[in-house]
Amino acid sequence: MNTPPTPDKPQRNWGTFFIEALIRLLGFSSIGFVLLIFLFLMQEGIPAFFKVSPGNLLSELWYPTFDLYGLLPLLLGSILITVTAIAIALPLSVATAVLVREVAPAWVREILKPMIEALAGIPSVVLGFLGMTLVAPIVQKLGAPTGLTAFTGALILAYMSMPTIISVAEDALDAVPKSYRDAGLSMGATQWQTIWRVVVPAARSGIVTAVMLGIGRAIGETMAVMMVTGNAARMPLTLDSLFRPARTMTATIAAEMGEVAHGSTHYHMLFGLGLILFMLTFIINLIAASTIFKKRQKGGLR
Amino acid sequence: MQSHFSSSRKKETSSYLKHRYWLLLILALLLPLFGCGQEQISEGQSNTSSSQTQTIENKGSDTLVNIALAWAEAYMKENPDMRISVTGGGSGTGIAALINGTVNIANASRAMKAEEIEAAEDNGITPVQFVVARDAIAIVVHPSNPVDELTLEQISDIYTLKITNWSQVGGEDRPIVPLSRQSNSGTYIYFLKNVVRLGDKESDLLFSPNTLLMPSSEGISAEIRQNPNAIGYDGLGYVTEDQKVIAVAVDSEGDYVLPSSETVNASSYPIARPLYMYTAGEPTGLIKTYLDWILDEGQAEVSRLGFVPLK
Repeated sequence: MNTPPTPDKPQRNWGTFFIEALIRLLGFSSIGFVLLIFLFLMQEGIPAFFKVSPGNLLSELWYPTFDLYGLLPLLLGSILITVTAIAIALPLSVATAVLVREVAPAWVREILKPMIEALAGIPSVVLGFLGMTLVAPIVQKLGAPTGLTAFTGALILAYMSMPTIISVAEDALDAVPKSYRDAGLSMGATQWQTIWRVVVPAARSGIVTAVMLGIGRAIGETMAVMMVTGNAARMPLTLDSLFRPARTMTATIAAEMGEVAHGSTHYHMLFGLGLILFMLTFIINLIAASTIFKKRQKGGLR
Repeated sequence: MQSHFSSSRKKETSSYLKHRYWLLLILALLLPLFGCGQEQISEGQSNTSSSQTQTIENKGSDTLVNIALAWAEAYMKENPDMRISVTGGGSGTGIAALINGTVNIANASRAMKAEEIEAAEDNGITPVQFVVARDAIAIVVHPSNPVDELTLEQISDIYTLKITNWSQVGGEDRPIVPLSRQSNSGTYIYFLKNVVRLGDKESDLLFSPNTLLMPSSEGISAEIRQNPNAIGYDGLGYVTEDQKVIAVAVDSEGDYVLPSSETVNASSYPIARPLYMYTAGEPTGLIKTYLDWILDEGQAEVSRLGFVPLK
């Protein structure tokens, strides 16, 4: 038999071989699991789009008890809340990452870093409860008829996605070579100018990744959102929609899955929502990956 | 190609990422272990206990869950050999479990639908219905709201957005924020049929899309407590003292009645309903003894929890 030439390794180390094979298997199995999940979602979710007419799907009414499956209010609700959450979280997170990595003295960093990581560990139901009892009354004082609004949800989501964005953005800043900072400072730039014009742009693709991970976290969050957004499946098209209740796809699945009869249209429709969520996060990740890839091809930095 | 790809990959993977991946991998491997461990323990427990004692599985309506728990606790105190496990989840959940044969008793705050009975019979199960208590749905507002009484029609108009300001029903100039339970709640269906649609079977009125669907009774009471604009409905058993209960009349000529044990049993309060338990087939043995106990001595627990006993 033709064995591949292995000039450096005359003897095969079987222990290493098995461990390598095992690790390879585990690595590929995660791809396999994602594929299986996708297939399962397709199998359970696709029938919904045949059982329900397109006119019904694109309507503005989500009343599953009465076979009205308008997806638009849920889709727009999810998008509105996620986009607002990221708009709030992004500047705060990048500023925090810059503070922790570039500005703060070592002892402050030692305190801040573990605290930020601890934030990520707060269970979402606890944040939801805080949102319901503390944040909602404040939002109502701003003039909304109720405190349970899309904005309240976005605030909670921003808070939840910040630890993710901060730690990934901070790692990206960390990966910018020290020579860049030295070069900036030696050109006569102040520390602020160096950070803002050199270090942060050099870490931009890492920050994009951070934001995409944050979006992924925010769009998939369920419990906290269900508790603070009021879950009214209305179309968020007017200007005041941010300060009105909204209903997300995740909250809809969580609230209604417990009740549906297995195999009913409503059941398939909820899996259909899951499929839409899955594809949305997939597309977001794809965009993130391609921006990073393009930057690199152009000879850009990290 | 291959080698180019892998070498460029190597450069990208900085040390922090490697650490993350290891951590994630370890976590991903450990989490299911914890999960399995717990499950095995609980399974083991129920196995050993079922060999010595008798178990009744009881599941369904969230409206009934407190009362069902109180019954189970009181009954188990009197009969230490019995083990009754009670879970909520909504009337539909309980009935679905009865149809699938995974529970002995399903709790429901609505009667079974024709298609549910059909599905049960297809599975070889004949559901038997028992009325175990009565419930009144109270209309609640913030304590500072000056409105004391509403007709059913006004309530229907509020939930369908024909009335949007408290001043239209004699209150302050404030927007109305209507609250409802989630659509898997038996209370939701009951309220829709009997209040929003005013009991008219031909009506196709729905809750307006602006109605807030709260995931729990606690969600409704929390919002009522802090929002002077809100109006909500919930089982009488869940109404706490910091909410204001509205007196309801069938129409503007009728009497405005506050919900209470007396008014519900006298059928003068218009939004009241029976609460059901369903068994798979005519109950026998321990399940029958338990249901007989509920219908007799168990009724004392009903009034203690704010529901309305049968007698």
